[in-house]
Amino acid sequence: MTPPSALAQTPPADSIEPRIVVEKLNAYFNDFHAIHDISVKIPDRRVTAVIGPSGCGKSTFLRCLNRMHELVVGARANGKVLVDGVDVYDRGVDPVRLRRHVGMVFQKPNPFPTMTIRENVLAGLTLNGVKVRDSEALVERTLTQVALWDEVKDKLDQSGMSLSGGQQQRLCIARVLAVEPSVILLDEPCSALDPIATARIEELFSELRERYTLVMVTHNMQQAARVSEYTAFFYMGDLIEFDATERIFTNPKETRTEDYVTGRFG
Amino acid sequence: MASEHTSRVYEHELRTVREKVVLMGSLAEEMIQKGILALRTRDTELAQTTRRVDRHINRLECEVDELCLRILAMRQPVASDLRFLTTALKIVTDLERVGDMGVNICERVLELNEEPPLPDAIDVSSLADESLGVLHEALDALVARDVARATALLERDDMIDEHYAKIFQHVLVMMSRDPSAIYRATRIQSIAKYLERIGDHAMNIAETVVFLVKGTDIRHAKRRGDPLMDSTPPPPDRNGPAVPPRK
Amino acid sequence: MIEKAPPAASPSGTSTDTAPADSTPVGARPAGAPPGPGSRHTHLLVAAPGERARKLRSTMWLWLCGLSAVVVLIPLLSIFVYVVQKGAAGLSLSFFTELPKPVGETGGGMGNAVVGTLTLIAIASAIGLPVGILSGVYIAEVGRGKVADLVRFFAEVLSGVPSITVGVFVYALLVVPMKQFSAFAGGVSLAIIMIPTVTRTTEELLRMVPSHLREASLALGVPMWRTSLFVVLRTAAPGIATGVMLSVARIAGETAPLLFTAFNNRFMSTRLDQPIASLPVQILTYSTSPYEDWQQQAWTGALVLVVVILMLNVLARLGARSRIGAKR
Repeated sequence: MTPPSALAQTPPADSIEPRIVVEKLNAYFNDFHAIHDISVKIPDRRVTAVIGPSGCGKSTFLRCLNRMHELVVGARANGKVLVDGVDVYDRGVDPVRLRRHVGMVFQKPNPFPTMTIRENVLAGLTLNGVKVRDSEALVERTLTQVALWDEVKDKLDQSGMSLSGGQQQRLCIARVLAVEPSVILLDEPCSALDPIATARIEELFSELRERYTLVMVTHNMQQAARVSEYTAFFYMGDLIEFDATERIFTNPKETRTEDYVTGRFG
Repeated sequence: MASEHTSRVYEHELRTVREKVVLMGSLAEEMIQKGILALRTRDTELAQTTRRVDRHINRLECEVDELCLRILAMRQPVASDLRFLTTALKIVTDLERVGDMGVNICERVLELNEEPPLPDAIDVSSLADESLGVLHEALDALVARDVARATALLERDDMIDEHYAKIFQHVLVMMSRDPSAIYRATRIQSIAKYLERIGDHAMNIAETVVFLVKGTDIRHAKRRGDPLMDSTPPPPDRNGPAVPPRK
Repeated sequence: MIEKAPPAASPSGTSTDTAPADSTPVGARPAGAPPGPGSRHTHLLVAAPGERARKLRSTMWLWLCGLSAVVVLIPLLSIFVYVVQKGAAGLSLSFFTELPKPVGETGGGMGNAVVGTLTLIAIASAIGLPVGILSGVYIAEVGRGKVADLVRFFAEVLSGVPSITVGVFVYALLVVPMKQFSAFAGGVSLAIIMIPTVTRTTEELLRMVPSHLREASLALGVPMWRTSLFVVLRTAAPGIATGVMLSVARIAGETAPLLFTAFNNRFMSTRLDQPIASLPVQILTYSTSPYEDWQQQAWTGALVLVVVILMLNVLARLGARSRIGAKR
């Protein structure tokens, strides 16, 4: 893939077809109002980073996109989240099926310990009782997509836990890809990894971008700057600013954004 | 809302850069003022001592470059901090050149003082005043981060060019009338040229101030009626003058 | 005890005359005196006041703990040794294959009791394991709040019910209507004893499965019930297997409930609707009889039972360790 011209400016978020449209999203943990009236359009097939200090609601926001938020006891959400035009909070939508279209990768790599590498890749399908036609090809395809095939092709029958941290995380990404989602949510995917593994996975994101829409929560601003085209800054449950990453990091509009990215938060 | 960096060392590093740049500006201004004074009063001593100030300016340029490089590597600055450091690097280049102009002026003064004064003196005062004026104003605008003052400054460039053209004319006339004055006249013309260049550097600094404050690059654009030079208010001024305002 | 440094005699800084032959040239300093050059920490070599008494107390407590541990081991070891001594004599192939001979005749074995115990364990497991595991899954995964707490509470209460009470209950429930003792009733009573243990083990182990595995599965679009069974349960399976083995070891030795339910059978039988022999009951019968031959067989039976239970415990322990070892 030819890298985009270094001088090309990122177009404003509004000018790109959105894959996810969030309208007035609110989320609660019992009585605690975690995120307030969030409205944002996540552009299609781009990487959108979500940054902000601890407790600002960025992970909660992410989990509302695939309705994992409500799995916590006492948690609820209201508002609209339109994925490909369909409101996922509509009564008729099955959250389980939603999660096959909107996959998630977590902070700590979590391959299933009782399964082999091959079984892990296919887990999203086999656990649902789906018979996979040509499973070997699928395994090879997804592991190649995450640049893991060459490293593990001779040990597909070994336990998923026998890999290094970076490899495990790539395995988890392959596992998500095998289910063929259109959106991939990533909750601090590299924070448990060393810098080299992180760099390889960041490179993977720029390749995945061609086919999938990525939304990534990160507390590492430099990573957001490296990897994403658009950045959303959250603070205390509010979306403060959403703009092209290069503008957030060279000339943000909001004082609070400026203070956060330059390290002026007390 | 916090206005200082969480890291006090970082805050101190940025302040150091700021102070050095301001100091450089003051020294450069001083050099030009004293050089012109030496010209007017034919003071050889003053010209020689003034020339030596350039060493200090050059050293400051090196220090600022090194400090900026270090901060860029260690702190990965973004947004206003990044703009501040990249503009600091540019501004010290301009100021160092102004210092060099100052040296050149002093050297021409020393050459002129070895000759008897010209019978028909060529007055560079108004050009000198104008150049010093825009330099002073540019540096004030930098310290105050005042976009309005900086953009107003850009209008004065034409006037400097006019002054210089007039002086050049005068020099040509003098040289054609009196061949014995050619050597001295060319010295004066050089000084005038240096003053005009100092004005250009002041314009550069003013453009840089706009970029620093607003994040828009107005270089090489039409000066008047340019849509880029609009009246949108700049982002809130967080880095208020950390050093006392200039005199 | 640190005796090297002599007690502080000279308050002065120099100590040319008090250094004992084997101490460093730096010498002893009274505790609290400012250290001179090159002797920064010699105060560490001097015993602090009260240190001797503290050490003595510490040693005393250690010995007390050690002694208690030994006291715990004594009954277990002595039982084992005694049983081995008494029972080894009767060990033979015929013990496991032959049936009890009629009163008065010598010889015979406890073949039917061995088979009977195995049969009862099988029946109890067939009933108790699914119920126990699934209720454990319910409490840990499915039930929310009060209901789960209630189920757990009842399981705990049930585990405290005396086994003889369970036997009487099953007697009234099954034996009376069926008008006879049966292996089935025996299996049921053992199952009732087994269930609380299995439930609690399952619940605890399921709780120990890290929640991020559950999340990973749910995020793949796997419904909750499939996640619970095929991911969480599967991960906890080795630990649950350990718990199962331990509960089997427990019921293998239960006697009281069987007296009311399975009763006994002098013949080999695996029919569910007939009384069935079992090792514990047979041991009881034989050991309380006046015949030496039977008493010997009772000891042998006890030996077999103890060995089986011991093996199950060891297997469970080895299984747990190898599981932990494999995870690393």
